[in-house]
Amino acid sequence: MNGLTVVAVSVGFGGAPVLDGIDLAVAPGEILVLLGPSGCGKTTLLRAVAGLEPMVAGSISWDGVDLAGVPPHERGFGLMFQDHALFPHRDVAGNVGFGLRMAGMPESQQDERVRRVLELVGLEDFGPRSVSTLSGGEAQRVALARSLAPGPRLLMLDEPLGSLDRALRDRLVDELGVLLRRLGQAAIHVTHDHDEAFTLADRIAVMADGQIARTGTPSEVWADPRSVAVARSVGHRNLLDLNPDGSCALGRLGTGPGTVLVRGDRLTLQEGAQPARVIGVAFRNGRTEVTVSVDGLELSLFTDRPVARGETVGLHLADEAVVGLDGA
Amino acid sequence: MTARHLGRVAAVALPAVFLGVFFLYPVAAIVGRGLTGEGLDRLTGLPGSASFRSVAWFTLWQALVSTVLTVVVALPGAHLLARHRFRGRAALRALTTVPFVLPTVVVGSAFVALFDRFGLDDGAFRMRHTVWAILASHVFFNVAVVLRTVGAFWEGLDPAVEEQARVLGAGPWRTFLSVTLPRLWPAVAAAASIVFLFCTTSFGVILILGGPARATLETEIWRHAVWRGDLASATALAVVQFVAVVAMVVVANRLQRRRSVDERSTFRLPPHPTRRLLGANLALLATVLLLPVAVLVERSLSVGDGYSLRHYGALANRVNLLPVSALVALRNSLLFALVATALALVVGGLASLVVVHGRGWVSRVLDLGFMLPLGVSAVTLGFGMLIALDDPPLDLRSSRWLVPVAHALVGIPFVMRTLVPTLRSIDDRLREAAAVLGASPTRVLREIDLPIAGRAVAVGAAFAFAISLGEFGATSFLPRQPDRLTAPLALFRLLGTPGELLRGQAMALAVVLMVLTAACVLVIESRGRFGSGVVRGDL
Repeated sequence: MNGLTVVAVSVGFGGAPVLDGIDLAVAPGEILVLLGPSGCGKTTLLRAVAGLEPMVAGSISWDGVDLAGVPPHERGFGLMFQDHALFPHRDVAGNVGFGLRMAGMPESQQDERVRRVLELVGLEDFGPRSVSTLSGGEAQRVALARSLAPGPRLLMLDEPLGSLDRALRDRLVDELGVLLRRLGQAAIHVTHDHDEAFTLADRIAVMADGQIARTGTPSEVWADPRSVAVARSVGHRNLLDLNPDGSCALGRLGTGPGTVLVRGDRLTLQEGAQPARVIGVAFRNGRTEVTVSVDGLELSLFTDRPVARGETVGLHLADEAVVGLDGA
Repeated sequence: MTARHLGRVAAVALPAVFLGVFFLYPVAAIVGRGLTGEGLDRLTGLPGSASFRSVAWFTLWQALVSTVLTVVVALPGAHLLARHRFRGRAALRALTTVPFVLPTVVVGSAFVALFDRFGLDDGAFRMRHTVWAILASHVFFNVAVVLRTVGAFWEGLDPAVEEQARVLGAGPWRTFLSVTLPRLWPAVAAAASIVFLFCTTSFGVILILGGPARATLETEIWRHAVWRGDLASATALAVVQFVAVVAMVVVANRLQRRRSVDERSTFRLPPHPTRRLLGANLALLATVLLLPVAVLVERSLSVGDGYSLRHYGALANRVNLLPVSALVALRNSLLFALVATALALVVGGLASLVVVHGRGWVSRVLDLGFMLPLGVSAVTLGFGMLIALDDPPLDLRSSRWLVPVAHALVGIPFVMRTLVPTLRSIDDRLREAAAVLGASPTRVLREIDLPIAGRAVAVGAAFAFAISLGEFGATSFLPRQPDRLTAPLALFRLLGTPGELLRGQAMALAVVLMVLTAACVLVIESRGRFGSGVVRGDL
């Protein structure tokens, strides 16, 4: 087994387990995104992999070598903290070079490498700056540079963009993806933002309540989330509860009671289709997000057609629009 | 057993043994003597003794009044420092800290000089040997405690809460009383409890300023033990004192703990103070803190009708009253202070690490244990060492280590009080980040804890040094070779003997001691801005 293998890992503080039988694998060069709501155990999983959190059960190995008993400083993994945890008593270069110093790299090589890594994150001249003078985005890049500098086998990023504003965040996600792929860096990226997850991921693992609920490529997870929790996590909005006979206002969508997903990207407006009333219109990124109501059942979809609130439109469900889900 | 394990055991054992041998054992010796034989007879006789009751009552009420006065005088200054920015703010903060580390004998000298200068020694406005002198000197001493404790806490309170109250219609006073004060209360209570403790165990200034009629428990223990050689009565009183002080330390520690509430403050540049606010504050602080010091300097220079440095020159000459010259006493004090500081740093540093990183009761016991010498009063400490460390196997009477060890015990709480909060304030994630980047646990200590705590170590060292330099209470009990007289003891003897020339020398010696101790504080305060603000990093 190449890369990281996590088997049946459980972590618990006294009562309820925080992580409950986690299985996970990250191949060399792969970017895995851990997606899930806050408090679902994402951070704890990263800390367990880094060796900072004691496990109750399970094993973590790299290239088939079990890491039990290997302390954090000997694992060769990088971990980027949510609020960066930059060392306040060292300047930017001192922060970035820290891991190199720990590894005993000769000083002349250290300087060179620090310079190159800072260049990589676009902060060429920041070496002598004090970390207290950095903006949020700059601090984030310094933290990234610090994690990358020693060339970790695996880089773990714990919601590194969480504290930044939307526009900066979107830009940095793109940059981060390009950078990690260029370096061929294996990475686990933790986020609760599904847009960020889809932008960055080779594979997504959706977490809920301390367990991995679904793993797959972004398109697999989007097309077939399998459970209500995962569907919500990846950003699906149209979750419909069916009557005992599998029917709802849109007709018979299932064979029995339960919840189905109606994919917004498979809904279109068509003359003569199922009549629906427009109750909400929002303009987003050049497209119009329309909320329609069919006998009180609300659905949202994107369209290029101009529509007005109160208007009656025809709602068409394309192939594979309806996806069955487990659980409530 | 691995090397690391051994290191950990040593880190716990060294402070524990130090505390045990030099503090707990002497205190136990006092309690042992106080609760047996003659000591017990005296102890059981105390409640019925009118003189004991009046001494105990005076000890309590003067401490209570001193505390209230200190808080009242210090609160406006705390507000000024916490909520405003102005040129010289850092300097003001540093200067107001100086009185706290001044030797008690120097403060005594300053007030003696003040009364001398303004003719308050006798007559209608007699101050000397009155309770007013004691109260004034206690305020002088302890304003810094309230300024710093309450000021730092006040700075952490979110000003948006007060702004909200103002917007909702509360006037400035109303806002202070109903919004600020309740949130400030834990800090005020903590500071007041410490000040109260200091005032009940105050020794030097009461001896110098209170005169024979104004006795507290502390001075009574000293009089019985040193003047009358009545060890039984002294131990009985010391037992009472010890029990009361332990109770107070426990309460103070509790209040201290409750103080650490953190309001997430919206960062905002504080406003400039109005002229009136700044002026009134400076005038108040100058009257309380600066005037006695200024008069002390003036008196030390005053010779006959003019001014000269003659009193300073005389410090090199031995007077009949003293076994050595004041200059030699100063040299002794500096040497003792160096050794005491080194001891305090090593023992206090290890104890701090154990308190922060250790587990459960070991950490708590050391935390509280080293806090005790601070409260238990220098007199109890010195007296305990006097009666405990004079028998084999621990006959240290002639050892030159006895004085520095006693001084270190008084200094260690200060080292720990500055070091422990700083170590605690270091975000655990900094250590984790370092670990993930390849730093072993000892390396983390060296790369993260030590550099960030460096300033705290320096501050603790300066405190320990200044305190040793001025230590009077414990030293006055300790047996020593006559030629190892310390400067504060020399000063006390000079002050207590009438005569204009001796008085002049006393003033000069007091000024030298004051300059030395004040320099410790000012050097530290002015060294960069690497304070708690930076340590919190991301805030």
